[in-house]
Order: sequence, then structure tokens, then C-alpha cells
Amino acid sequence: MKKRTMNPTMKGMAYLFSGLFAIGTFVSCDNDDDNPEPVNEEEVITTMNVTLTAAGTTVTLRSFDDDGDGPNAPEVTVSGDLAANTTYAGSIELLNETESPAEDITEEVAEEDEEHQFFFTTGGAISSVTYTDQDGGGNPVGLSFDLTTGDAGSGTLLITLRHEPKKPNDGSLADAGGETDIAQSFTITVE
Amino acid sequence: MRFYLSLFFLGASFLGFSQECNHVLLGEVIDFHEKTPLAGARVSITGKNRFTTTNESGKFKFDGLCNGVLELEISHPECTTAFMTLTMDGDHFERIFLEHHLEELDEVKVTGRANPKKTNSSQEEVLSKLTMEQFSGASLGDALKSIPGVSSLNTGANIVKPIIQGLSGSRILMLNNNVRMQDMEWGDEHAPNIDVNANQRVSVIKGAAALEYGGDAIGGVIILESATLANKDTLFGRTQLNAFTNGRGGNITTRLTRTYDNGIFLNGQGSFKYLGDMEAPEYILSNTGVQEMGFSFNAGKRAFIQGWEAYYSYFNADIGILRASHIGNVDDLIQSINNRVPNFIEPFTYTINRPNQDVTHHLGKASYYRRFEGLGKWEVQYDFQQNRRLEYDVRVGADAEKASLDLRLTTHTLSSTFKVDAYEKVDLKVGALGRYQNNFANPDTGVRRLIPDYDKYEVGIFSVSEYQWKDGLVLDAGLRYDFTRMDAKKFYRTSRWEERGYDVDFPDIILENLGTQLLTNPVFNYHNVSFSAGLRKEWGNDQLFRFNYSLSNRAPNPSELFSDGLHHSAARIELGDLRLQSESASKVSASLEKTGSNWGYTLSPYVNHISNFMLLEPSQVEFTIRGAFPVWSYRQTTALFLGVDAAIYKHWLPRLRTDHSVSYVHGTDVDLDIPLINMPAPHFQNSISYNNPGWENFNISLTSQYVLEQTRFPENIFVFSPIQEQEVELDINTPPEAYHLLSLDSQMVFDIVHPQDLTVGLRITNLLNTTYRDYLNRQRFFVDDLARNISVRLIYNY
Repeated sequence: MKKRTMNPTMKGMAYLFSGLFAIGTFVSCDNDDDNPEPVNEEEVITTMNVTLTAAGTTVTLRSFDDDGDGPNAPEVTVSGDLAANTTYAGSIELLNETESPAEDITEEVAEEDEEHQFFFTTGGAISSVTYTDQDGGGNPVGLSFDLTTGDAGSGTLLITLRHEPKKPNDGSLADAGGETDIAQSFTITVE
Repeated sequence: MRFYLSLFFLGASFLGFSQECNHVLLGEVIDFHEKTPLAGARVSITGKNRFTTTNESGKFKFDGLCNGVLELEISHPECTTAFMTLTMDGDHFERIFLEHHLEELDEVKVTGRANPKKTNSSQEEVLSKLTMEQFSGASLGDALKSIPGVSSLNTGANIVKPIIQGLSGSRILMLNNNVRMQDMEWGDEHAPNIDVNANQRVSVIKGAAALEYGGDAIGGVIILESATLANKDTLFGRTQLNAFTNGRGGNITTRLTRTYDNGIFLNGQGSFKYLGDMEAPEYILSNTGVQEMGFSFNAGKRAFIQGWEAYYSYFNADIGILRASHIGNVDDLIQSINNRVPNFIEPFTYTINRPNQDVTHHLGKASYYRRFEGLGKWEVQYDFQQNRRLEYDVRVGADAEKASLDLRLTTHTLSSTFKVDAYEKVDLKVGALGRYQNNFANPDTGVRRLIPDYDKYEVGIFSVSEYQWKDGLVLDAGLRYDFTRMDAKKFYRTSRWEERGYDVDFPDIILENLGTQLLTNPVFNYHNVSFSAGLRKEWGNDQLFRFNYSLSNRAPNPSELFSDGLHHSAARIELGDLRLQSESASKVSASLEKTGSNWGYTLSPYVNHISNFMLLEPSQVEFTIRGAFPVWSYRQTTALFLGVDAAIYKHWLPRLRTDHSVSYVHGTDVDLDIPLINMPAPHFQNSISYNNPGWENFNISLTSQYVLEQTRFPENIFVFSPIQEQEVELDINTPPEAYHLLSLDSQMVFDIVHPQDLTVGLRITNLLNTTYRDYLNRQRFFVDDLARNISVRLIYNY
């Protein structure tokens, strides 16, 4: 013979409150105070310096973005005007200035030149850009180039660096694909 | 209907050694809950052809019995038959407690409703078994869309987030086997980490009235449950196989269940899905394959007085993200939008390349309940979840194999409820929960954390009650309080910190200054009160009216507070806001229903007013050395949702039926007097179906789905295009055109070994191979939606 006796109300409440107590104990446990470590962003490019030289004069185009996808827009500077109907020898330097001293990314691009290519989109008084360098596969890279100006006026130059583009390609961004590491346009006065 | 029977041997023993068969068995049949006698219960002695019926006071009597073992069979008009044995040793008195609520087995209320509702007065629907079978190879979100008022926010075909009456994400609470899913539901491209086959019962509550599950379900609650198991000694299983032409793959799901008559059960289930690249009518959608695996086990014992259960489930999905949707900067986005053809189409493959998501979800729970006679039922549950999300972008060089996002979200929850159901007219349930959650963002990705490390603490208490006022009229009310504490450790770029104005508003939370970035410790406490009340009136045999008011409050989620950075795959910068306050929704909903055998309808209008409504929309453009990116930022406003879901069906002939439904929601940003972003377009569904049980249960239906163009949307933004050298309109908000799709579904059920054990079904979606784009698919900028898909399903029960 089994016999069960219970005072249901009291017992029920006792269970409920023991449950609540357990919850209270449970949530009061504290977290440790270890701080997370900062993320080391890799292959950051903060600066592109484009040097254009002809007949002893040098004009520098510079884009400097110190906060990546932060709110600050890149500082774009053009050191001077270009002369009309002139061919300039151009070269590009890339830096990571979040580190001190600044890290030269140009070397990395030069070493992995088969995986990189600069593209130049010209407009207005900038007539054309031709590559003067090649990677191991005989395809253009764009770390050095010749830029030719037209008649006086305002011109634009958009420089795009693609990582792992299709090589060879037809010279257009659409055909090349790959990842955009840099896309910066400059407005230049030609006189 | 089954029921439980409890025995309490309270009686007097009459000593007697006589061998004569002249003993008396006196008995009393009593309702377990209400302690009231049950009249009209039929009691019989098996094998002796003797029976009687209990009188008004629940009593019965047999005389002329011999000593020895007797088996009694007790039945009652509201219940199925139960059996008990007892030993006669002289005269005997037996008090028999019968349970006729049977709520534990989820089968009945006293009214005998086939589908017990989760709430009394809110708009609520259950997915049919047929729908579950039709969508076994799809995702949960796809299956839910068959319910009027439910739509989805897609990222391609395999990431489908349900939207209920215009609201999605953290506003929808998913309850998986009574465990609230904690699977990073805050992101638009984070699908629920649930195998659609893991549960057999799915119900949708539109709105926040189900306060026992949470006070912040402003959009609604989706409840997934296992089937109820009978307490009998049996072993059974079920296997479903689906094959698809679109994706050139399929899935298999199988389940095996063992039950014992003492209430012990064991249940195991597993699913595997393998699909390659999906196809649009004119091209392959490259890198849209999916590989998914899930399994679950549970074991437990269900008896009337007490029971326990242990449950574990595992889910893993590797989901390809359309390659063409990975774009570099705003010029690429402009080009993609204008081109109308994806810039990346490769031959079909099963291989999932970058970008992709690899998500894993573990869920474990242990629960126990105990019933107290004449009072109610106490339940306690502990559950554990771990969600790991790896998102891979197209990266190059040394980072190619590294995830860009690596989050691990761990959640512990302890909850307890007590339900008082002893009173005839009143049900009362009270409960409490405590929850601890930790998010860990792995720094090894080499990408700044989009979501920071945090600890979150939650405490909630609630009380919900129902009162049967008059015959057919039930009132309900509920109250809930939730406390949420968010304690994060987040790095901000100094420039972002200042641009957001946090240096003015939050100067005290900086822990460390690392030069270009700051380590901060935002700690926020949110106190939220939620309330719900409503009524339900039933009349005739098949008519019903429900009315509900609910006030719900939701604390901001980690994405809304902390998002900060470039989403490479979406080419957008997302910005959260530390100043966000809890949003507060007041919703009035009503529902008028008729479920006749000849025809029926549902008409469900609602008004939802949400203050401090958090929304994410394109706001501006930011320039970087890598080009320009649209900024999507969170803001708060007052939002007003007006909508209606309506459905009607009619049996024109005994075997011919048509169904018609429409859903409409009108969402407005009241503060700015502009339309809200991402509101589902008006949507019509019409179907005609024929079934003939005589032809091997043949069933065929043709469904037409007509989705109008969304004409209410916020204005596009203007951005400077470096390539075009000018300001151009970024056509990011303009919805695509209306579309119309047909689908066909047919099945037959055969008898192989057992009656109706084999089902063979055919399903064709996008029958006419229509080219279309959907406003609520985030990949609409890049590609057309899915082409025709022919699928076959085989279901075998054993």
C-alpha cells in the first residue's frame, strides 16, 4: 500500500521559490575582467604617393587616409599643375603610416606583382597613361608608368589598385575583377 | 485522447479470510485538478462482463467479487479508456483520480480542440503537416511564408529570415523545444539556425501577447515543438527524401522514436542537405550552394505527476553567398545595379567558395515538471546554447583562408514556471528566468570586430492568466518585467568616436587609449515592462472572435548598439548607436474566423504603434582610400504599422476546394512622414486543390502567388562616384517590379506494409520559369531570383 500525502500549496510555492532563488544565485555570478586584445589589421594602406616627373619638375599626387573605414575622408593633395602636351614619368609609392616608422607596402606589391595591377582612368586634359613595367608573366603592373597631358584645362586621373585581378586582362576594371585595394581620383590642372 | 490515471490507496482494508466470492468493491472517480466527482464514468471489470456507471457523486459499486487480482477499465465521455489493476483481499475501497485536462500531453483542453492554441486572444496559426512535408528540403522561413502575414527577408535562396506583419530579426522570438534561440538573429544575413525537419509542430503567434516566452517579441513568436508521444510500447520511424532540379541536389531526414507504456521515450532525428549552385532562369547563381546537417536526441519520461526530459540538438550549415554580391566599393555597386546581369557567372558546381558562412549551433536542455494535485504544475528548465558564426569574404594573400568574422555566442538560461490550473474558470501561470550570455569575437581574423565582446545578463518575471467568464468567452491578461544588462568591451577608432559625438556623451567609459583607437566599456541597463490583455469569443460550432492589446518593449541588440565597420561582402559601412533606447510597441489586433466544413475565413486587422523604433537604412556615403561606401546607420523613430491578413476558403465540390489570401502592411516613419524601408509588398495567394481518397489519396493543387510592386519606400541616396566624377543617384531603395509565380504540388499515399505508409509527392515551383526579383531579397541588386524547381519527395513511415 502506497500512501502519498502532501500539502500542495505550500509545496508548490516552496518549489517555485527554490527555483527563483537558484536563478538569482545563477545570474549573480560575475564575469572576469580580461580586456580583449586589439585586432591587428593586416595589409593596411594609408598612403599613396604618385610622383610625376618631366624635365626636372616634379609634381606629387598624394592620398592619405589614416582611419581606413573610419569617418575621415582621405586627404587628397596635388602639389602643382602639369604642363600641357608633356609626357611625365610616373611612379607610385604605397605606405602604411599607422606603424612607426611607416611600412613600405610598395615592396610587397613589387614582390607579388603578378597578383597586383594598377589601372588608370583618365579624363579631360589628361590624355593617356601607358605602363612602363611588367611582372614576371610579361603583364603590366603600373608601379611605374608614363602619363601624357593634352591641351591646357582640367583633367582627372583615377588610380585603382586591384589585388588578384585576372591577368592578362583587356585593361578595363570590369574585365580584371579582383579586390579593390585603392580607388582614388585626382583632379589636376593642366596649363 | 489519452489520459493519465493516478491511484491513491487511501482506503480501508477489511480483513477477511473467507474464500467465498461475496466481497464488495466500492469506488470513487474524482477529477485530479478540481477534486470534484466525475459522474457518468463507465467502469467495467475486464473479462467478467460486469460494468457500471458512476453516479452523481462519482461513486460506483461492484459486489459478489472474489479475492484476487482485478483489472478495471474506466472510461469517460471526454476521455479515452484507461486501465488499472488492483488486488481484492476482502472488501475494498478505491479512489480513482482522472485527469481530463491532459494539457501535459498537449492533446486536449476540456473543449477537445485539436490544435491547442498558445495564446487565448492573439492572431495565431499552425503550419499544416502537408506544408511541413512540402518544405522539408527548404528552410524554415520558406515554410512559414505559407501563413498569411508572414513573409521573409532573404539573402539569396538559403538565408531566409521570417518577417511577421512587417517585423523581423530580433523582434521575432524563436522558441525551439521551449528554448529561446540565441543565434545572432540581429543580422539581416543571419538565418535562424534551425533544421526545418527537427520539429513536427510549428506555430506562429503574430504579436507580443505570448508574454511567458518573452516581453520583447514585438513582431511575434515562432514556436517549434516535437510531436506528442503516446505512452505505449512501440517503436516507429519516418524517413523523408527530397530531390531538387534547381541546385541539383536534395536532402534526407529521418526520425526514430521508441516509447514505453510507463511514459519513457527516446527520440532521435537527423537531416542532411546538399545543394549546389542555384539557378535563375537565364544564368547560374554562382556560389549559392548549401550543405546542412542537423541531428537531435531527446529522452525523458512523461507521466501525469511528474516527468523530465533531456534534449540536445546540433545544427551546422555551410552556405555559399552569391559571388556577384561581393563588391568592392560604391562604383561596383552602381555598376551592378545598372548592369542587371551579374558580373560573375561560372559553370555549375557543388563546391562552396568564398564568400560563405559556416554556422554551428548547439542546443541542450534539461527540464523537469511536477504536478501538485488540486493546485497545478511546476516546471524548471536549464538550457545551454552555443552559436558559432564564421563568415568568409573573398580575401587574398595570406588571409585567403581566414574568416573575416568569427563570433562565438554562449548562452545559459534557467527558468521556472508554476501553472495553477485547479480552478475551473481560471488558469494562472507565473514564472521567472535568468540568463547569462557571452559573446566572444575572435581577434585572429585580422579584421576589426563588427560586434564586440560582451556579457549580457537578463532577468524576467511574468504572470499570465485566463478567465472563463461566460460560456464561450475567455478573457486573458499578462504582465511581464524584464531587466537586461549589457556589458561590452569595444574598440572604437578615435576618429569614429569623435565623429559620433561619443567623446562628449560617453567620456567616462574609456578604459585605454591606444593612440588611433580606444578601448571602451559600455554598460547599459534596460528595464522593460510588457503587458497584454484580450478576449476570445466562440459561438456556433465554428466561429471565433479574438481581440488583443499588447504593450511590449525591446532592448537594443548588440548590432543596433555596436555595429561599426565595413561589411566587405555588402560594400557598406554599418553604424550602430550607443544612445539607442528600448523600443516600445503598442499593438491592437483582432481576428474574426469561421472554420466551417463548407467554407471559412479569417480576417485579421492590426495596428502597431512603435515608439523608438530602431531601423537600419542607407544614410550617407563615406570615402576611404579604397573608394566610397554607402553608410547604413541605425536610427530611432516613431513607426506606425497598419495591416490586414485575410484568407477565405470554399469547398465548391466535395473534393474541390479553393483558397485565397491577401496580406497588406502599411509601414510609416511618423516622425519624418516617409515610408519605412523593407516593408513587404502587398501579396495575393490563390490556390485550387482537388483530392480523391479513392485514388490512393491523390491530391493536387495549383497555387498562384502575386506580389505587387512596393510603391512605398524611402528615397534613394545620392553619392559621389569617383569613376563618373559626379553625384549620382544610388538606386538602392527602388523596389523591383511586381511578379506572378505559379506552383504545382501533388501527392499520393500508398499502402505498402502498413496502411498509408508511403507518400510520393511532386512539387514544381516557379512553374513558368518567370524572371523576377523580390524587394525583400538583399541580392536583388545583383541577380534575378530562382528559376523553376522540380522536386520529388518520398516519405516512408515505419
